[in-house]
Amino acid sequence: MVISDKQKKLLIWLGAALLLALAWLLPASGFLNPYVVQILMYVGINMILTLSLNLVNGYMGEFSVGHAGFMGIGAYAASILTVWVLPRGWAPWAFPAVLVAGGLAAAVAGLVVAFPSFRTRGDYLAIVTLAFNMIVKSVLENIDALGGPRGYLGMPRLTDLFWVAAWVLFTLWMLRNLVYSNFGRGITAIREDEVAANLTTVDTRRLKLYAFLISAFFAGVAGGLYAHLLQFINPRSFSILKSTDMLVMVYLGGVGSLTGSLLGATIFTVLLELLRPLGIWRWVVGPLMLVLLMIFRPLGLMGFKETRLFKPREVFFGGGGPGPLP
Amino acid sequence: MEAILSITDLSHNFGGLKALTDFSLKLFPGELAGLIGPNGAGKTTVFNLITGVFRISAGRIFFKGEDISDWRSHRITAAGIARTFQNIRLFKELSVLDNVRLGAFAEHGYSLLDALRRSRRFQAEEQGLTRQALELLERFNLIRYAHTPARHLPYGEQRRLEMARALISRPQVLLLDEPAAGMNQSETEDLIRLIRTLKDDFALTILLIEHQMRVVVNLCQRVTVLDFGETIASGSPQEIQHHPAVLEAYLGRDGDLITAESKDDEGPS
Repeated sequence: MVISDKQKKLLIWLGAALLLALAWLLPASGFLNPYVVQILMYVGINMILTLSLNLVNGYMGEFSVGHAGFMGIGAYAASILTVWVLPRGWAPWAFPAVLVAGGLAAAVAGLVVAFPSFRTRGDYLAIVTLAFNMIVKSVLENIDALGGPRGYLGMPRLTDLFWVAAWVLFTLWMLRNLVYSNFGRGITAIREDEVAANLTTVDTRRLKLYAFLISAFFAGVAGGLYAHLLQFINPRSFSILKSTDMLVMVYLGGVGSLTGSLLGATIFTVLLELLRPLGIWRWVVGPLMLVLLMIFRPLGLMGFKETRLFKPREVFFGGGGPGPLP
Repeated sequence: MEAILSITDLSHNFGGLKALTDFSLKLFPGELAGLIGPNGAGKTTVFNLITGVFRISAGRIFFKGEDISDWRSHRITAAGIARTFQNIRLFKELSVLDNVRLGAFAEHGYSLLDALRRSRRFQAEEQGLTRQALELLERFNLIRYAHTPARHLPYGEQRRLEMARALISRPQVLLLDEPAAGMNQSETEDLIRLIRTLKDDFALTILLIEHQMRVVVNLCQRVTVLDFGETIASGSPQEIQHHPAVLEAYLGRDGDLITAESKDDEGPS
């Protein structure tokens, strides 16, 4: 079936609206059992994390292994707001703003990784991100006011399927818009050939800054959603293990692919749930998958591929643009 | 006439190795100058210094009267000095169209927020950019590859794509690093014709690094010869061909440059 661009746009909006309506109505109707709703929310939060990490690891081609650090900062910042700062009654209304604040806190932390990335890359930058993750965890463990290693609690349960779905859609929309612009192309060019990018007028430093800020922001938002779902966070939730999970989801779904990110997050989350009977051995699955993926399918299921749904149409006529060519 | 690009006393070392010593060159608007010399003579080093890939430790570079010696690469290229590479450096996974569009990064006319929101401004600018990129692809006979990843292009097309990518930022100076490398005779002749028309149509000043004497003699009005980082001669192609220092640098002792060159062509370069 051939559909026009206008129809496609309409379908996408309708689909998104339908998804949100379902996310709102289904849990309330009691039609889905709460356990399934819970899993769906984990899937959604993991989608946001995977999309965000894919920007740095997939599109930009750096290897960040400390993404849980950003998630942790977002989680703690958002939690502090709802527990200590905002009056109880306000929290539900201010929830989106709380999440944005958590995201912004994470984005500021993103600068810590962005600036070293100007001078170093590859293995060395991976070590910087690793150190960042460990620093975040240690700092949180040593702040007694935040409960130290015992963790922080008292958050109201504000995260529901509706908010998770809304943020997944928002993250997806933002990243798609970024990827299909000259900024996104530039970020990909950093992966392909950084020197050549600089020599074709691309300001790679600015782009690295953007990529890390945006990526950290959404990881922070995911952290806020996570904290207000579990109503309890501790520094161990944001350790290297969590970062490893995110890496598995990115490299399972596919580097440099939005579709892949959604796919990877879904498969991994559901798989881990199904493997619950394995008990503690379940945690071997993630790292093991990472090893196998790196050997047999290093680009993931959807590496560099995208479904047509996410690709914006190209318009070939009219418009402004830089002045005329000879 | 005022020089558009003026290089004075440029020197560069790699560790203890002198890659370039006191290199000076003035490029005048509309000129097509050549830079030749044997392998390892420091030709590409000159390009890397001009475009900010290497930091300049000694000497200065002026572009349209402005000292660009300490600028970063993207700023230099955005100001109007574009280049191509000896070993092709495309963004392989990106489409041909995206490669070209990226060349206009400095002037795409929308901010990050415009892009994230898909604002009207973004859409208008992006459309215009796309249209221009396609015009360029048309001109370089690459239009049918527009949506193909760059890595799938045949070799000659990849070279042309590099030029298209360099030209979309509408540079005033174009640095071509061995554009004819790996090309056969007829391809080389097409290339010479292409460079000539581009120079006129885009009002370019071109500095060209070349190995094949045939290309240089055909194209350049003025040639500078490097050997071991030192400028050993400079003048018209005819003068250069018979310059004793050049003959020695290129061929050892005696021999005629052109015949030796054609013999060279048979072997792998």
